[in-house]
Amino acid sequence: MPHDHTDHLSPSGHPFRPDNDAPLTYWQVMEIAIRELLIVKGITTAADIAAQIDAMDARSPADGAKVVARAWTDPAFKARLLANGSAASREMGFDIGSLRLIVVENTPHIHNVIVCTLCSCYPRNLLGLPPDWYKTRAYRSRVVREPRKVLAEFGLVLPDSIRIRVHDSTADMRYIVLPARPAGTEELSEADLADLVTRDAMIGTGLPKAAA
Amino acid sequence: MTDTTGRRWHDMGGLDAGPLDPAEHDFALWEKRVDALMVLASAKGLFTVDGLRRALEDMGEEAFESMSYYERWIASVNQNLLEAGVYSIEELGARMEDISKRGTTYSEAANG
Repeated sequence: MPHDHTDHLSPSGHPFRPDNDAPLTYWQVMEIAIRELLIVKGITTAADIAAQIDAMDARSPADGAKVVARAWTDPAFKARLLANGSAASREMGFDIGSLRLIVVENTPHIHNVIVCTLCSCYPRNLLGLPPDWYKTRAYRSRVVREPRKVLAEFGLVLPDSIRIRVHDSTADMRYIVLPARPAGTEELSEADLADLVTRDAMIGTGLPKAAA
Repeated sequence: MTDTTGRRWHDMGGLDAGPLDPAEHDFALWEKRVDALMVLASAKGLFTVDGLRRALEDMGEEAFESMSYYERWIASVNQNLLEAGVYSIEELGARMEDISKRGTTYSEAANG
């Protein structure tokens, strides 16, 4: 069937929901075909593809949270993390690839937020795949111009005394936010501290959870 | 999109846009496979992240509005693999036609 731009739309003209049980789409057929061709031609194997998906599924914001909790409890590690995010993360066993990872620290006066205005670059090696909203026009366009308003739409209202810095990522250079350690957590272990660190706290659209 | 600033459509930082939609979805198996194919094909040196982005940006604004994220990615992966000579457009077309006959859902067509 020749391809046109309506193949993947429902009869009502809306995109199908991305559920696994939705009717087969043109682009899904293309994915199957490309995958099979790469296997037939010996470029990759079904096992390699499955292993890659497992590795991707294994990555989650819990990885970034461990890095943050280490920085909260180990000043020397924090200094190394702020100096070279990639190297310090590798110290903890995380595969950062060839990316340059830059850690930006929140302080009582500065709140940091990350975005990729050009596409969808994200610290996926520490946080997993980006949420849908991170890739939307609304977030990419507006967070650099009216960050305070965008953060409020996430439920994060910051006082005017806190300056907001927005960091625009590129394919080779990714940012991650080091949030401030919540008050009243002096007695918590590193593992318990990591449980307070949310994905959005490391993007900058949220704050860590308060101590229980 | 062409305007007097020379800004291309994907360079959207600072432009007007609507409210945020905080909805998220779990990635479907076919989407994860697209991501994996990109990573594996790059690791084999068949194309780079710059090649991926170049094809995505050249698709234009209409594709951004009408196709989902991984739909655009598989289209870009395909463009790059065709350019790298990994397979021909005839091979792709024949295989897609065969796959379409296997069933009406993804799992039927993918044989799992």
